[in-house]
Amino acid sequence: MLIKQISIFLENKSGRLAEVLNILGKNNIDLIAISISDTTDFGILRLIVNKPEEAEKVLQESGCTVNSTEVLAVSVEDKPGSLAEVLAVLARESIDIEYLYAVGKDTRGAVVIVRVNDLDRAIKILTENKIELLSAERLYKL
Amino acid sequence: MIWNEGAECMSRGEMEELQLARLKKIVEYAYNNVVFYKKRFDEIGLKPEHIQSLRDIEKIPFTTKDDLRDNYPFQLFASPMKKIIRLHASSGTTGKPVVVGYTRHDLENWTECVARIIVAAGGREDDLAQIVFGYGLFTGGFGLHYGLEKVGITVLPMSSGNSERQLMMMQDFGSTIVVGTPSYVLYLSEVAEEMGLSKDDFKLRLGLFGGEGHTVSMREELEERWGILATENYGLTEITGPGVAGECIIQEGMHINEDHFYPEIIDPETGHSKEYGEKGEMVLTTLTKEGIPMLRYRTRDITVLTAEPCKCGRTNVRMAKVLGRTDDMLIIKGVNIFPSQIEDILVGMEGVGPHYQIVVRKKGYMDDVEVMVEFVDGKLVDNFRALKELEEKVRNRLKSVLQIDVRVKLVEPKTLERFTGKAKRVIDLRDKN
Repeated sequence: MLIKQISIFLENKSGRLAEVLNILGKNNIDLIAISISDTTDFGILRLIVNKPEEAEKVLQESGCTVNSTEVLAVSVEDKPGSLAEVLAVLARESIDIEYLYAVGKDTRGAVVIVRVNDLDRAIKILTENKIELLSAERLYKL
Repeated sequence: MIWNEGAECMSRGEMEELQLARLKKIVEYAYNNVVFYKKRFDEIGLKPEHIQSLRDIEKIPFTTKDDLRDNYPFQLFASPMKKIIRLHASSGTTGKPVVVGYTRHDLENWTECVARIIVAAGGREDDLAQIVFGYGLFTGGFGLHYGLEKVGITVLPMSSGNSERQLMMMQDFGSTIVVGTPSYVLYLSEVAEEMGLSKDDFKLRLGLFGGEGHTVSMREELEERWGILATENYGLTEITGPGVAGECIIQEGMHINEDHFYPEIIDPETGHSKEYGEKGEMVLTTLTKEGIPMLRYRTRDITVLTAEPCKCGRTNVRMAKVLGRTDDMLIIKGVNIFPSQIEDILVGMEGVGPHYQIVVRKKGYMDDVEVMVEFVDGKLVDNFRALKELEEKVRNRLKSVLQIDVRVKLVEPKTLERFTGKAKRVIDLRDKN
């Protein structure tokens, strides 16, 4: 149920993002999801790729500062208010969301990547509430 | 007008006679009252009585900013604390500042010297002077304040900052003199412009600028934008603060108050004395200071001296604008900054490496400083908040020590250039457009 996400530090200068993505492209690594947080000085690029270990290795070799983290991929029904319901379930159990970003659509609905402060409890609670979590294999096939 | 004709217009012979008498006295005084000087003299077998001519001053070892740091805070004081009635401080080369103390007599002399440069620049009793220098430990605010009062000028002690209020009062009160750093006063003109005000809305006629040097083009801009005569003055906390030297209305060099401060020019590499007219580092000896006498203090400022009488009638030695520094000190918004201070802070901080790079730019008329620092823990990459917090922490630490706000830019571990020889950590883009 846990998805490996890699984070890359991006100094705020033009062309840097293209450089990083180009390294992945050349190594035939496929992007599944992408998100950037930024300040005026730096940004953090978060990626889900089909070959996370390899991606981490090639990025490190080319001088990037990379770290990996585990996140959840939550399947959310494609109708108004459904994401709010999922978040309410987590909030009720006092699980904090550090960040989230949307990926795209699965056959049954939208997929959202979520980073929470307590992964194990989040998995337990979501499963109990019949909220589906995607495996890495399924996510990579999106 | 000349404030003190006796002191400012004497013949070279009279001046040198006075300087020699005072030099002998201050050397003896320093030797007898400051352990540091006694040790320095004894080490090389020098006695105060060996100083028999002004040239003999070359026998005395130099005093440096590091000596002040090593004797922090009060060990170079020659007067007991009960005689010291004021303290000031400026940046040291590390986290600790340089501290100086003044006796009542020192303050009187200081005020006298400042009064001279104010009158030389054209200040008059009927003026109203707005001081936009910061007050506090910095000598600029208080130094000018007392000098202006002594001349009889009305003082408006605004201190720096709050630009709109500065301008409101400048306009409503009809300030005729502005006292501050050239960059801040230029910045004020921009704010005035944004407020829809022009120089005709103000009564300013004279600027007394110090704290940082300014180029000729900056002076022209100050004069043009404000419709003032922009004069420059020079001083440093270690010697007394402002009042060491100042420009007269002729604007051909700054008159040194030589009866209180004895100037020399040396070759910064060899320490050998140079002649008037030759470019070199200025070395100053305080001739009358009781609180903290300075013998042959290396200012690190590069300039040229001339003893030619000035068209204004004053006969004292004049110094040219400061042409550069022999160390890596930066003057940012009038505040002295040493890269070593920044290094000192970073070495003591968790989460960041000791390597850094400083980029100084002009944003409009104001200095803008960016300090690039490496974060050391690659795992922080995932944690946006932790990175922001680290950035803030570094910024706050730098601000508390440097006294100015800088922008901190975190960069990836091991990406800043490593230097094997002389490190080049400062990129100053201010004079280049």
